[in-house]
This record gives sequence, C-alpha cells and structure tokens, in this order.
Amino acid sequence: MSGFFRVAWQVVRKDMTVEVRSKEIVLTTLLFAVSVVLIFSFAIVREGRAPDDVAAGILWVAISFAGTLAMGRTFERERYNDTLRALLLAPADRPAIYAGKLLGLLLLLGLVEIILVPLVALLFNAPILAFPGKLITLLIAGTLGFAAVGTLFAAMLVRVRSRDTLLPVLLYPITVPVMICGVRGTAALFQATPDEPLARLWIAILIAWDVIFVTLSLWTFEPVMTE
Amino acid sequence: MRHWLRVCVLILALGAAAPALALQPQPPKEFVPVDEVPPGEQIPAINMVAAAYGFVWVAVLGYVWSIARRLKHVESELSDLESRRK
Amino acid sequence: MRKLTTPFIGLSAGMLFVAPWLINMAPFESTMGLVQKIFYFHFPAAILFLVSAIVCGIASIRFLFFKKASADAWAIASAELGLLFGALTLVTGPLWARKAWGVWWVWDPRLTMSLVLFLIFAAYTILRKFGGPGSDKLAAGMALFGMLNVPFIYVSVNIWRTLHPMTSVVPTLPTEFGIPLWFCFAAFTMLFIALLNLRATLALQQARIEALYLDEDEA
Repeated sequence: MSGFFRVAWQVVRKDMTVEVRSKEIVLTTLLFAVSVVLIFSFAIVREGRAPDDVAAGILWVAISFAGTLAMGRTFERERYNDTLRALLLAPADRPAIYAGKLLGLLLLLGLVEIILVPLVALLFNAPILAFPGKLITLLIAGTLGFAAVGTLFAAMLVRVRSRDTLLPVLLYPITVPVMICGVRGTAALFQATPDEPLARLWIAILIAWDVIFVTLSLWTFEPVMTE
Repeated sequence: MRHWLRVCVLILALGAAAPALALQPQPPKEFVPVDEVPPGEQIPAINMVAAAYGFVWVAVLGYVWSIARRLKHVESELSDLESRRK
Repeated sequence: MRKLTTPFIGLSAGMLFVAPWLINMAPFESTMGLVQKIFYFHFPAAILFLVSAIVCGIASIRFLFFKKASADAWAIASAELGLLFGALTLVTGPLWARKAWGVWWVWDPRLTMSLVLFLIFAAYTILRKFGGPGSDKLAAGMALFGMLNVPFIYVSVNIWRTLHPMTSVVPTLPTEFGIPLWFCFAAFTMLFIALLNLRATLALQQARIEALYLDEDEA
C-alpha cells in the first residue's frame, strides 16, 4: 500500500514541477473561469443587480467548465510530449498513476477555486463565510467527484480523435449527479435563510457519489489504459 | 481474486449510498388535477394518445428500416470483399 | 440465432397490431381517463430503456475485464436500442404528463435522471461514430458509468415521492388493466430482443469487414 502512495506522490510531484515552471494550466483555467462568471453576469444582471440565489449555480458552472479545460490540457501536454506512454510503461500500478493524476488535477482546481469562490461571492453577494466548513466540504467533494470521472475520461481520450470536443460531451452527462448535489448544497448555504440540515444531506449524497465514482474509476483505469 | 475484492468494495460503496438516499430532501409537491388546469390550457386527450402511439410506430418502423438498410449494405460489402480474396 | 430473428419481428409486429384493440377494450382509468392509455406503451418502453443500459453495461464489463471482443457488438447494439427506447419513453411521457399533470416536464429526479441516461446513450453513440480507433474501451467505460443511473432511476420515485407514480403501481394493477399491459410488454420485449440481435449482427459484420480490410492492407 505504501508503494501505491509513493507512486501517486511521484506523479503529483512530476506534474506540479512542470506546472510550477510553466504556470500554463493554472493561468488559462483561472482566466477561463473568470470569463465564464463574467458572461453569466451579462446574461442575468438586470438594472445593475444580480437576482438572488444565482451564485451557487454560477460557481458550479464555472468550476465544471474550467475543470474540463484543465483536464484536457494536463493530458494534452502528456500526449504532445509523448510522455504518457513512458508513464504507463513505468513499473508502477496503473491505479496509483491514476490517483496521482487525480490529485494533481485536484490541486490545480483547488488553486483556481481559491480565487474563483471569493470572486463569485463578491460579485453576486454570496455569504461564503457563514458556513465555511460546509462550503469547503462541498467544494472539495464536488470537485473530487467531477475530477475523478474527468481524469479517467481525459486519459482515455488521449488516444481518440476529436478529443477536445468529446471530453465535455461525455463528461457532463455522467457527472450530472455530482453537479446537482454541489449546486443544491451550496444553494442551501447561500439562500437568505440558510438550511443547514439540507446542506448536510446533499453533502452526504455527494460523498456517496464520490465513493462510487472514485472506486469505479480506479477499477476501470487499468483495463482501459492497457493496449 | 482482485476483481472480486473490487466488486465487494463497489457493493460496499453502493451500500454507503443507500442511507443517504433514504432521506427525503424535497417535500412532496402539490399535485394539480386535470380539471383545475385553466380551460385554455387543456388539449383533447385523444390528440395526446394518438401522438404518443403514432410516434412509437414511426420511430420503431424507422429504426427497423434503417437497420435493414445498413445490414443489406454491409452484407453486400462483405460478399464483395470475400469474393475479391479468392 | 439469425433465423429466429425474422419470426420474432413478425410476431412482435403482429402483437403490436393487435395491441390497440386490447388497449381499447380496457376500461378507462377513473382520474385520468383516456390519456392513461399512453401507459401501455410508456411503461414497456421505459423498462426496456433501463434494460438496455444494463445489457450495455454488462456487455462492456465482459469486453473490458474479460477481453471478450464479441461483447463489444452487443454493447453497441444495446446502446443504440437504449437511444430508441429512451426516445419512446421521453416522448410518450411528456404527452401523458401534459394532460395528467398540466405540464410537459417537471424536474423530478426520475425524469431528470432518465434524460441524463438518454444523453449518456447519445454521447456513447457519438463517441462510437466519431471516436475512431481506440474509442471502444473508452465507450465501455462510459457504459459502466451509465449503468450506475439505472438503480437510481428505478428507486427514485419511491424515495422522493414526486409527481411520477411509484413502482408499486404496476404489480397492484387490476386484471383488466394488467392484460393489455403485459401483452404490450411481451410484444415490446420480443421486439427488443429481435432488434438487439439484428443490430449486434450488423456490428459483428462491420467488425469483420474492418478485419478483412486490415488483412488486405497487410497482404
């Protein structure tokens, strides 16, 4: 088991080293997420004011759009430099490589969310400091569920034609349950009279989906990445 | 052996999901019977039934036709290829 | 197997021709009246929609984990049938709902997840069509995730108690309603099996053609 975590950690470190040098994915993803928020504000703001209860939806749409971009880019980089084959040829467990890739993506998206969440709160009057613990749990669990499936699919798509258009088409329908839980839970925290038990319930469902998605992804990564 | 272990983990995961689902996050919504819908909104039921059955027939027949066409195409191509090999 | 397909299609077509008479003879349901008759086609289509997701998932497991190359043809076939029966479900449902509930669509868990499953099938078919080489394993993974929705769709109405009738309605139907319902169900199931068979044959032959072309290139 310690071998599993060591391999995963090596993959994370490799990805982070590349990213720290180029900063390409963090910057593009962040800028894209901010643009999404901006476009939403054009669509819904009337007479200088945003309607209530839209912050949760906008936040999660921005996260999912930006997440797709980041996933596509991390694996595109591996493909471009032809390093994915080398990574898969390494004498390591495939699930460990998957876990490392997933953790790297989570770190990236976490960085983006650190800026994105306060921005959405500022622009759409969302009380993010009312229940910080629950909000962070929702964000982590939601991003994990989304990224778990996304990492698997982005990895598989490396070998497929028209991968850039296919990733969102395949990913969004499957991750709908995670998105619903994330949006509903966050909306319960953001509404005028916050509903804590409801948020807790959505967190529970979200974590259940996370467990299912991560287990199934770890399970399928090995056969789909074997030639 | 490892497959079975993973199957067990998955079943456990599904079991973990069950209590979360057993709770009800949404109160039941109000049911609006047909006769309370404003009269202008009402559409004769026979149109609906006819449309539903019509769609089913058209879709099924269309699909059967499309499969038959594709099968014919593939079979001619296959016999073509096989005759070329000889 | 192939020889059985034609009589199967003939029989199910014959049964589907007889079905309207049986449905017509069934009594009117007290609260919904005539529009309830959509049920006799909606229910079998919806069940077979879920069945096709399960068949697709199981075939994909056989393809992915047990390396059965022929299982892929069954996955392709059941995904396409899922698209067909999903369309039937999602069209007949709103037509009924418009009359019974007063709206075409509500975002209740069962309806939402059925739409999502339909989208998964659509994405699967698009992937198979445009993905090119290497997309078969990815599609199998997709089918596995799609299968996750089936139990959720099935139990959702019992948990959330929304507008959609519960699963307990069907076994408790009176005989006059039950006869046409199970008659239609049998007809649809035979149609499903026959079409599944035909589509899988088609997929297998397409695979053979591809293999033959590859042979020619090598020769």
